[in-house]
Amino acid sequence: MAGSDTTVEAAAPPDTVKILIAGGFGVGKTTMVGSVSEIAPLRTEEPLTAAGLGIDDLSGIEEKRATTVALDFGRITISRELVLYLFGTPGQQRFWFMWNDLAIGALGAVVLVDVRRPESSFAAIDFFERRGIPFVVGVNGFHGEHPYPAEEIRDALALPQHVRVLLCDARKRESCRDVLITLIDQLIADARKAS
Amino acid sequence: MREVGGDDSAGRLVRLFTLTGGRTRPSRADFTLITTVTAVDPPPERAPRPQPEQTRILRRCARPIAVAELAAHLDLPVSVVVIMLCDLLEAGLITVHPPHPVTPRTPDLDLLQKVRDGLGRL
Repeated sequence: MAGSDTTVEAAAPPDTVKILIAGGFGVGKTTMVGSVSEIAPLRTEEPLTAAGLGIDDLSGIEEKRATTVALDFGRITISRELVLYLFGTPGQQRFWFMWNDLAIGALGAVVLVDVRRPESSFAAIDFFERRGIPFVVGVNGFHGEHPYPAEEIRDALALPQHVRVLLCDARKRESCRDVLITLIDQLIADARKAS
Repeated sequence: MREVGGDDSAGRLVRLFTLTGGRTRPSRADFTLITTVTAVDPPPERAPRPQPEQTRILRRCARPIAVAELAAHLDLPVSVVVIMLCDLLEAGLITVHPPHPVTPRTPDLDLLQKVRDGLGRL
């Protein structure tokens, strides 16, 4: 990239779109973002302060000490005119209100599931189902191993047939790319059906 | 989630509060995480002289940059950066480019195909 700064004219800003990478705490969201992002994952932290304490969602917080909610994200430049952002959502769903525009305007989502504790991703699945946001499920194998076939995971998560379930490895770029492509293919198929 | 305890976090909160002039909410709703901002170059003649933190922002958005990236690079919460961007926008020192509109009811097939092609090249 060196040298490009001086040669490129002040171009029109690119259009931006986003996909969310969701799932339970420690399921591999940031790993997945890092695997496909062209930049090392970036992090922003939002202070969780007294300003927000009137909100019901904070009922689970035991202490009122200042805490922060972190959001990790990465970027894929599709073309000069279009940039895709990947946002790893905060693991604890009750903090999602901190990012109330996170789900708004997202193309869709990937819900990562840990084969060893699929129940930790129930809340994320529920979140997208309720809001009608399209999503696919990526089953992240521990050390890349997959003891159960995708259909068994689908049954365990009580997922309807139209939700795609893929076995993946969040550490591998190609694997994560394929999960994203599956999501986009589904969006394209849905769009064709609707038109 | 990371917990920050003791005087450090209190000090940080005070500092953030100072940056926004005590405000906790933005004056306008132009900014999402993936809204792109660009410094106006050269700045308008009648623009007020930017504060040091504003200068840091302007330097970072000499080329178009998304709000979330800006916040990450500045190591500031998005909420604080957005309030400061509101001031810069009102002073005519930045321009704002909204994200590509995405509505579930009217999917943009052309956009989706572009994203599909781009991912295929990875």
